[in-house]
Amino acid sequence: MSELSVIGGRVPRVDAMEKVTGQAKYAADYSLPDMLWCKLLRSPYPHARILNIDTSKAERLPGVKGIVTGKDFGGWSWGWMPATRDETPLAVDKVRYMAEAVAGVAAVDEDTAEQAAGLIKVDYEELPGIFDPEEAMKDGAPKVHDYVKNNISVEYHWNFGDVEKAFAESHLVREDRFRTARATHGYLEPPAILAYYDPTGYITVWASKQSPYFHYRHLAACFKVPLSRVRVIQPFIGGGFGGTKNDSLGGDFCAVLLSKMTGKPVKYVESMEEELATSRRRHSMIIYSKMGVDKDGLLKAVQQRVVADGGGYTAIGPLSMYLVGFMTAIPYKLPHFKYDGYRAFTNNPIGAAMRGHGVTHSRFAAEIQMEMLAEELGIDPVEMRLRNAIDNPKPGEIYETVNEVTIETCGLKQAIKEAVKDPLWRDRDKMPKKEGVISWGTGISGTSYLGGARQMGHQACAAIIRLCEDGTVNLITGATDCGQGSDTVLCMITAEELGIKLDDVAIKRVDTAYTPVDPGSYGSRVTILAGQATQKAARQVKKQLLEVAAQNWQVKPEDVEIRLGEVFLKSDPEKKMPFIKLARIACYSGTGAVILGTGYSSYGIEPLDLATGTGNGGCSYSFTAHTARVGVDMETGQITTTDFTIASDCGRLLSPIQAEGQIEGGAIQGLGQALYEDFIMDMGKTLNPTFLDYKMPHALDVPNIKLIDIVTDDPFGPFGAKEASEGSIVSAPPAVVSAIHDATGIWFKELPVTPEKIIKALKEKK
Amino acid sequence: MKEIHLTVNNQPYRLSVLPHRTLLDVIREDLGLTGTKEGCGLGECGACTVLMDGKAVNSCLVLAAEADGREITTVEGLADGDKLHPIQQAFVDHGGLQCGFCTPGMIMSAKALLDENPTPTEEEIKQGIAGNLCRCTGYAKIIESIKAAAKNMGGK
Repeated sequence: MSELSVIGGRVPRVDAMEKVTGQAKYAADYSLPDMLWCKLLRSPYPHARILNIDTSKAERLPGVKGIVTGKDFGGWSWGWMPATRDETPLAVDKVRYMAEAVAGVAAVDEDTAEQAAGLIKVDYEELPGIFDPEEAMKDGAPKVHDYVKNNISVEYHWNFGDVEKAFAESHLVREDRFRTARATHGYLEPPAILAYYDPTGYITVWASKQSPYFHYRHLAACFKVPLSRVRVIQPFIGGGFGGTKNDSLGGDFCAVLLSKMTGKPVKYVESMEEELATSRRRHSMIIYSKMGVDKDGLLKAVQQRVVADGGGYTAIGPLSMYLVGFMTAIPYKLPHFKYDGYRAFTNNPIGAAMRGHGVTHSRFAAEIQMEMLAEELGIDPVEMRLRNAIDNPKPGEIYETVNEVTIETCGLKQAIKEAVKDPLWRDRDKMPKKEGVISWGTGISGTSYLGGARQMGHQACAAIIRLCEDGTVNLITGATDCGQGSDTVLCMITAEELGIKLDDVAIKRVDTAYTPVDPGSYGSRVTILAGQATQKAARQVKKQLLEVAAQNWQVKPEDVEIRLGEVFLKSDPEKKMPFIKLARIACYSGTGAVILGTGYSSYGIEPLDLATGTGNGGCSYSFTAHTARVGVDMETGQITTTDFTIASDCGRLLSPIQAEGQIEGGAIQGLGQALYEDFIMDMGKTLNPTFLDYKMPHALDVPNIKLIDIVTDDPFGPFGAKEASEGSIVSAPPAVVSAIHDATGIWFKELPVTPEKIIKALKEKK
Repeated sequence: MKEIHLTVNNQPYRLSVLPHRTLLDVIREDLGLTGTKEGCGLGECGACTVLMDGKAVNSCLVLAAEADGREITTVEGLADGDKLHPIQQAFVDHGGLQCGFCTPGMIMSAKALLDENPTPTEEEIKQGIAGNLCRCTGYAKIIESIKAAAKNMGGK
């Protein structure tokens, strides 16, 4: 692909200048004259009936302009699917998790709003709570919602092949229980919104949403206004990673309603403590995994029974539980699998999506269990993976799993082979195994993630490109860059397709009044789907321009080419004109034409099959081989991670600096998940809702990271691109846990592997 | 209300502030310099880092009254007209930012570090930004950016 001029270049982000100078505005940076501030009152109980709310004292506080409670929303509720609309903007009859919002206040400043919220008196009748998802599913457990039985919020039972027969025929079968942590996104920008409900019935908000069109639909439905009157203007987003910023929050609805009531703009900024205590975090999951292999270590069957802590509401839980199961037969050849997934309501904060959504749980369990089996069989962990890994299909061929997931490119074997050639793995036996109290170990994982997530509906994803008469273009999409770099990638695609310079492309951020509808940023879908839409829009513009050039030169459009701002005749490159001249001719030709291109994505539009788990969940699949070296202090249990080598098949890297940053960032978020991050809960109360106590990796905790590109050319992605970053958050925990095993001889099955767990296990081992 | 005098980005200000207002509140709300971010409000994330008399501080932990008479530099005060400060330029060139929310604080910590130690080792760079969380980059490209900035500014 040497003919590419822009794609693959090591170019800076298109928004870098605004961000390094402090000019990039995030939701909390917006203000309007005469603006009020909103604060929420939150429940002190994890499960309680609301008997009465007395707002009279708060109303009398000078500076208070409005108060809302759950009843003011007229019974409106929302959820990911029509059958799961179980959440209201503020709790109405009862609260289902600690710190659930029960009232909102608008006042002249933030301090007054906070003081007033504290003056609202709520009478509660405390109810028995349920905090363990397995206990929650037992008969007689306290009920979180009345509309389901045994607190089962979501359940799937999928069966492919014949696992019973396969286990009976296996040479070796293991059964283990794994558990993943209550990890959270940890973005540094707390959720915020500035809302204005103008008296003529238009809603305008500046909100920190990575999927602004979800919010747009929620606001239209909640306030019963037409979608054409809901305007979500996208500020810069201070990190997303799924979950909270992919949904609407109580504070959002309160700010809009309070604006409607007062006629003034209302701003709501969550505190980080509120965010950490209530965020829609990654589900904690218990995974009972059974795996059978033949005497050569070839996988025969996997059966996983998964119980997820759903917390108080459903949110995106049906998708989470789907994603846990549907990739069971990737990235290793697996003829039989059975998946029983349960998501239980509890009185904990809501479990939802986070980068590596779903797959990170089941793949962690499967990777560790496969290594345990390899160890028992005396098979090298690399050899075990190479024997089982899915082969890269030949161009035009497709690999299909037992549940009909189709793979067109798979670089896993190549990734494993490259990763183990790196000195980190190759020379592991030459490096010290023991230095004083430190025991060193090296580990490996081989994993996969989907790109271009499919969904149940709302697939529409488009781009519009508008040619300006000076030869520059505006790119207009509904896609959101919440930090991942997609604006840069989409501009690069535009420049490449049109044959112009990257600097001549300007991207507009989402404004639902002008930009086309889009599903949002999740499931590694933007580069793939909005990328294809952008590619098509650019081709449409180019087609029109080639016709203008051809007419001008009295040749055929196919005789003309445009590259890096020059228009030339293919047969005689000396016959040329600058792009700006062609743009002028096209715009001033007198036909009245405006050069506009539109395109929409056609990848992955079949809806998900949640009920049976059959078929694709994404358009394409990335593959990652990840090695890690750790030192374990055998006296204190402290772990130092010194090196990661990550070989990723992300397809073609369209913007290498951005893709590398994503892979590195995902891997370090995965390191946090492996070693540090977990909300400590006590009867529904989050004991560590601060960054001091909820420990995320700092600069001093991170290893040296070496990246290796495995380039495949996937037909379901612009220029052959697949996903980047969700792969490395999935690959990091099993690689780190495998390294800890190498250092200590102990398999840890619960994340995070904290010093306490290490010390305890070392004592038990003695 | 207490009257204070601040110099922010070489511009003198006289302000009346309530005793509980922080330097961060004043910078963002009274002066409208929203480049400095509020992440945690508790001094744990470093997003609000500014320079006070040349030293990096978490502006959410400094009361406005304590900053009376001090010289403050925020991210808006680094570039020289249209010309970026070499640290800013290095972050742009080396991909030392993604969502950008930690970036102003990270750049101010890097500035404090390089002003004091123009030739930091990798370990010293990590120490210098240990009070600044970044959730997007995994730090690799931030460290690379600071190394490049040190080199471009004449260090080795």
